[in-house]
Amino acid sequence: MLVPSIVMLGVGFSASVVLAVAAKVFHVDIDPRITEVEDALPGANCGGCGYTGCSACAEAIVEGKAPVNACIAGGDSVTAAVARVMGGAVGFSEPKLASHYCEGGYRAITKYHYEGAFDCRAMAAMHGGDLVCSVGCLSLGTCVRNCPFDALKMNEDGVPEVIPDKCVGCGTCEKICPTGVIKIYTVTQRLLHFNNENECLPPCRQLCPAQIDIPGYIQYAKEGKYAEAVELIKERNPLPLICGRVCPAPCEVGCRRVAIEDEPVHHNYIKRFIADWEMNLDEPLKEAVLPDTGKKVAIIGGGPCGLSAAYYLRRLGHDVTIFDSKPEMGGMLRYGIPEYRLPKKVLNFEIAQIEKLGVEMVVDKEFGKDITLEGLEDDFDSVLIALGAWDNTSLRCEGEDLEGVWKGTEFLQKRELGIEVDLQGKTVAVVGGGNTAMDACRSALRQGAKEVTLLYRRTRNEMPANEVEIIASEHEGIKYELLAAPTRLIGDENGVLKQIEFLKMELGEPDESGRRRPVPIKDSETIMDVDVVIAAIGQRPLTDWYTDELKERGLELTRWNTIVADEETLQSGIPHVFTGGDIWSGPALLIDAVGTGRRAARSIHLYLNGKPLDHPVGTFKGPQRVSESGEVPLQGVARKPKVPQPELPVAERIKTFDEVDLAVTPELMRTEADRCMRCGTLCYFSDTQKESRSNGKSMKDKVEELLENSPA
Amino acid sequence: MDHYFELIIAAIFINNILLAKFLGCCPFLGVSKKMDTAVGMSAAVVFVLTLAGVITWVVSRYVLVPYNISYIRTLAFILVIATLVQFVELFLRKSIPVLYKSLGIFLPLITTNCAVLGTAIINIQEDYSLLETIVFSVASAVGFGLALVLFAGIRERFEITRIPKALEGTGIGLVTAGLMALSFFAFKGMV
Repeated sequence: MLVPSIVMLGVGFSASVVLAVAAKVFHVDIDPRITEVEDALPGANCGGCGYTGCSACAEAIVEGKAPVNACIAGGDSVTAAVARVMGGAVGFSEPKLASHYCEGGYRAITKYHYEGAFDCRAMAAMHGGDLVCSVGCLSLGTCVRNCPFDALKMNEDGVPEVIPDKCVGCGTCEKICPTGVIKIYTVTQRLLHFNNENECLPPCRQLCPAQIDIPGYIQYAKEGKYAEAVELIKERNPLPLICGRVCPAPCEVGCRRVAIEDEPVHHNYIKRFIADWEMNLDEPLKEAVLPDTGKKVAIIGGGPCGLSAAYYLRRLGHDVTIFDSKPEMGGMLRYGIPEYRLPKKVLNFEIAQIEKLGVEMVVDKEFGKDITLEGLEDDFDSVLIALGAWDNTSLRCEGEDLEGVWKGTEFLQKRELGIEVDLQGKTVAVVGGGNTAMDACRSALRQGAKEVTLLYRRTRNEMPANEVEIIASEHEGIKYELLAAPTRLIGDENGVLKQIEFLKMELGEPDESGRRRPVPIKDSETIMDVDVVIAAIGQRPLTDWYTDELKERGLELTRWNTIVADEETLQSGIPHVFTGGDIWSGPALLIDAVGTGRRAARSIHLYLNGKPLDHPVGTFKGPQRVSESGEVPLQGVARKPKVPQPELPVAERIKTFDEVDLAVTPELMRTEADRCMRCGTLCYFSDTQKESRSNGKSMKDKVEELLENSPA
Repeated sequence: MDHYFELIIAAIFINNILLAKFLGCCPFLGVSKKMDTAVGMSAAVVFVLTLAGVITWVVSRYVLVPYNISYIRTLAFILVIATLVQFVELFLRKSIPVLYKSLGIFLPLITTNCAVLGTAIINIQEDYSLLETIVFSVASAVGFGLALVLFAGIRERFEITRIPKALEGTGIGLVTAGLMALSFFAFKGMV
């Protein structure tokens, strides 16, 4: 018994001596902070920080290779704990979130022939079957199974859904997804993202100048996720209340319902519903504003472009001041669009929302008079000129300076500026065929005009005004004198307008704008008795702010008085001066101005950060139709009439400026939202999902069934 | 020469330490989910197994046998192997940091690996000479590595295969290990 005990003791003793000596001899200095930092980290080993596991990350933090907030999984408390160990201040890191942009639907079923591999990567690698869609979700849920934080789940359409509370933005799903439909975004990236040609863009998204994800918000609205819908719209358009009412909706032209001789989905109806929902909340939704960057941006012009740019720049953390020459913000939205289309209550709410983010708004400051570019340059790092187009094109006929001849925008802004207009019992003629002419007609009627006649030199089909506006004006009793071009305004000896003379026209060959050119008919002069003529035949930017000095510095104007700037970046000849809206594009739609506002905001943000302004390769050059998307036939889609917009009765509305379009109920909104087919560029079979749903099968069942029947 | 060749073939294929003797099942299931970790583990096992085989042989021959206390062999070997691994770890960390980094976590894991202890004991039981001990240890470790790498290759495929819910994870792993063991039985009687 003695011998083995001694031997064991001996072996044990020599082992400890050897180890003790070895520990001394082979001693390696390690920073004790590494262990402390490692203790502070969550130990999830997710790899989101870019290092292999938490120990490696801890080492990198201590060695100074990684910032104290390197751990993306832990959140603020972990960052604070690490910062305590390292003795440094906590920097700001923008939270990242996974987001999935494939609308999915039943495409996967129609496009893929499954061969047993229950994995997206294998599916994409094998090309097993008719692989047509190269951009969409494969719906096999590899990302869901691999998410280390259980932040993804499959929804019933078979596409993964991100659970924002759980997602830490580690990027596992992005790495694993073979088609790249899941991406990790920061707020900045989301706000500054412009559509790419690789993305699944349905026709409406191809045509929206502001690049709103239309099927996306319609889907949210349908599901009752109104807050998400508002957020999605505001990533592209900060004025949903306004656009939901007056957007001329160029996107509707692309709607594929038109292909089956159906009416397009009434996007505004849905947008207005969710925007109204937000307005009526006790507490409006909160929007993330990034920490202050200390950079200052001046925006000249408080119209849609200026407001849109201010919204995005403020959310990106810049200090923004808007200057406007009028007594109140809003530009043409306030002084151009009449109350009955856009109530001031709504406009004020939307502007207040932007002001609440911390945008400073200065009114009654006219550019070129009260403020100059040189003066602003002392205080601001960058300037955006978004003055709009306020000058009315002249009628170019005799007698334009007679009393009783008014200009369209000047007439429209009088009511808002509190200037009395006496139209009681008068006969009014409005010249022009655009929305300004429509607004002038309908406003004149509401201000007591006995009779309002619209003179337009082409036919109703060529009128650029919105169809709904034309119809509403017809209902309200506006008379149309089509194919009529004014040639002379006749006054009495006191210089007061009495009559208007016009020539009858006929349509000839199409001109460069694609519309048929009106040709005068000889000796067709007609004279009409009128008290007031309102000329609304077009606008262009004012130039009274423009000086020779600005020209010398490189800020140039085109012959249409618009500012010369880079098509994509909106940077003018002076590098820190940007432009957008009508003063860059010439008279365009409200939604164009909103879109250029965001584009200018992106350029200014990049400029202030010293980064190149160029858009990434493959950026979608829209709005334009992608040719292939129009060619895919629609099969088995039933026509469904559009839900009519509730309106004030005609007899009642022509007496007041109350809003004509009434609020919509959730049921009607959902009926309209149901008409959306959720098209994609390549995937056009979302309607088959209805069919299979009526068979009582979900996407999941369908996939299961296919897998059951597949070989292997 | 033939004798050593037989020894190698027998240790790798016929008496594969994992699939025939079922020693070291813990790393076999634990670190076989990815190919590169499996390769790392195999390298670490070759390294430690060879060293442990030699040292335990010396301890047995010059300490345990002379004093006629071979019955405390297991106890003594555990102590020796644990010390050895710790020592090697300290040594590598200081002298060859590159190797230390690439072996990483697998080195301390091997301390508690029964394949190492098992091989050491087999060496003594079979009464191998020092050279035979070295050859057998290396061959056993290679056998271990072979089984581990093959198994990891199969398990990587599991990731993209449909597996009945009840069998996911370790369940299907053990079934596969069993089938692999069966296939290795085909080598029985070769030598």
